[in-house]
Amino acid sequence: MPEVHSFGIEPISCHAWNKDRSQLAISPNNHEVHIYTQNGGRWDKSHVLSEHAQHVTGIDWAPESNRIVTCGVDRNAYVWTLIDGKWKPTLVILRINRAATCVRWSPLGNKFAVGSGARILSVCYFEGEYDWWVSKHIKKPIRSTVSSIDWHPNNVLLACGSSDFKARVFSGYVKEVDDKPAATAWGKKMTMGNLMAEFSNGGGGWVHSVSFSASGDKLSWVGHDSSVSVVNANNQEKIATVKCAFLPFTSCLWVTENSLVVAGHDCCPMLFTHDDSDTLTFIHKLDVAKEKEGGSMSAMKRFQTLDKRATTDDSSSDLNTQHQNTVTNISIHTGTKERCSKFTTSGTDGKVIIWDFKSLESSIAGLKVA
Amino acid sequence: MSKNTGANRFRKVDVDQFNEDNFQDELIEDGQDLGPNEGEVASLLNQNKHIDALKAALSNPPVATKNQAVKDQAAQLVLRVLLAFKSSDVEKGVNSLDSTTLDILMKYIYRGFETPSEGSSAQLLTWHEKVFAKGGLGSIVRVLTDRKSV
Repeated sequence: MPEVHSFGIEPISCHAWNKDRSQLAISPNNHEVHIYTQNGGRWDKSHVLSEHAQHVTGIDWAPESNRIVTCGVDRNAYVWTLIDGKWKPTLVILRINRAATCVRWSPLGNKFAVGSGARILSVCYFEGEYDWWVSKHIKKPIRSTVSSIDWHPNNVLLACGSSDFKARVFSGYVKEVDDKPAATAWGKKMTMGNLMAEFSNGGGGWVHSVSFSASGDKLSWVGHDSSVSVVNANNQEKIATVKCAFLPFTSCLWVTENSLVVAGHDCCPMLFTHDDSDTLTFIHKLDVAKEKEGGSMSAMKRFQTLDKRATTDDSSSDLNTQHQNTVTNISIHTGTKERCSKFTTSGTDGKVIIWDFKSLESSIAGLKVA
Repeated sequence: MSKNTGANRFRKVDVDQFNEDNFQDELIEDGQDLGPNEGEVASLLNQNKHIDALKAALSNPPVATKNQAVKDQAAQLVLRVLLAFKSSDVEKGVNSLDSTTLDILMKYIYRGFETPSEGSSAQLLTWHEKVFAKGGLGSIVRVLTDRKSV
C-alpha cells in the first residue's frame, strides 16, 4: 500500500528529501518552505524558511553537504545552511529579470542550476575568494521559459526542457570548480553553454519535465501533447515517442536504466519501459484502485442524499486514485535512478505519497520493473 | 481631454512583430502539402467504399502550408466523407485507422465544428464520440497543442 502523507489542503509546489529521508522540505504554494521531521508515525513541522518574497517554485536538498537551495517567483535563489539548528539563507544573485522556475543541485553538490522565465539557464557555483555564489548564464538558443532541468551523472551536462517545445542538453562546465570532463555519448566539446543536443517535441506541446537515466545515456521528456519521449545518446536519430490517450504528464523520472515512471494530470503514476531496441512502451498504471464494494445504503442516508442531491446515487466526487489532484513532482525515495525501490509523488492535493515497487509488483498482476 | 482625432489606424499595428523577444515558429512555411486527392476521394465515395475514401481523405493533411485555400478545401472534403457515413458504420471507420490518422481525424472533427452546416454537427458529434473512445483524452489534447493545425 502506498504511504499517504497529507500536509493540509494547499497544493504542494515542490518537495525535497534530506539524505536519510528523515526530513522533508515542502512549499505549500506560498513564500515559505516548511521542513517536517519524522517523529514516530507523524510529521512535525520543525523549521519554517521564510526569506522569499514571492512563491517558492523549486527546492533541492543536497544529500552530502546537507545544503538546501530554493528558488522562487521573486527572481532569487537562496542557499540554506544548517547552523546551530537553524537554517541560514545566503542570497544568490541570479541576474534574471523573470521568475525562477526550477532548481537542481549537481550530483557532486558543488554547483546548482536554475531555470527561469527569462529564457536563461543559470549555473551557479561558490566563489571562495569573495565568499558568495556566482551565476553563469546559458542563453542561446533557448527561446522560451525553462520549465525543468536535470543534471547528467558526470556533473557537467545539463538537460533542459522548455516551453519552446524543445528538450536540450547543454554543457554546464564551470572551470573554477570542475575538472575537465571525459567525453560522453553526447559529445566531446563541453565548453560552458555549449549545446550538445536539441530535440523537438514533435507535435508541439510544452516540455514539462526532463530526466537523464542513471548512466546519463538516455534522456526522457514529457510534453503537453500527452506524449512521453526517450532518446538514447548512442542513437540520437531515433526518438522513441508514445502519444498517450491520457491527460498530459507533468513529471518523469527514471527508476532503472530501462524503466520510466511518469505522472501528471491524471493524478496517477504510470510505468513505461524503454528497451534495447529503442522502443518505448506503456506498461501499467501504478495506482490500481481498490474496487469499492457496492455497499447498501442505510435508509437515512438514502433520504439524505435524495434531499441534498435529488438522487440516490452513492457516487462520491472523490477520484479513485490515491492523489486527488494533479501530481506535480516525482522524486526518488529509496535507491538510485539505477535501481529505485521507492519513489515519492507530491501534488496539488497537498499530499506526498511514497510508492513501494515491491508492494506494487505484488499487487498488480504481471507487473515487473525492467 | 485630448481631441478625439478619429485616427485609429494605429490599432491595426501588430506590435508583436516589433518585439525582439517574439517567438517565431520554425514551421517549414509553404510546404508542398497539396492536401488529399479530391478526385480519388470522390470516386471512392461514389463506389460506396466509404472506409477507403476516409483513409484517402485523411492522407496528406495540409498542416505545413500557409495557403488557407488548400486547408479549406481539404477540410470540406473530409467533412463530405464524414457526413457520407451511416451512423452505424462510424465505429467501423474509426477502427480502421491507426493512431496518427486518428489524431488527424480528431483535428478535422474540431475544424468541422467551427463551421456548422445543416445537420453536420450531429454527425460530427457521433464521430467525436467514437474517436474519443479510441483515442482518449490525449487525442483531444493533441488537437489543442499541435502547432501545425488543419
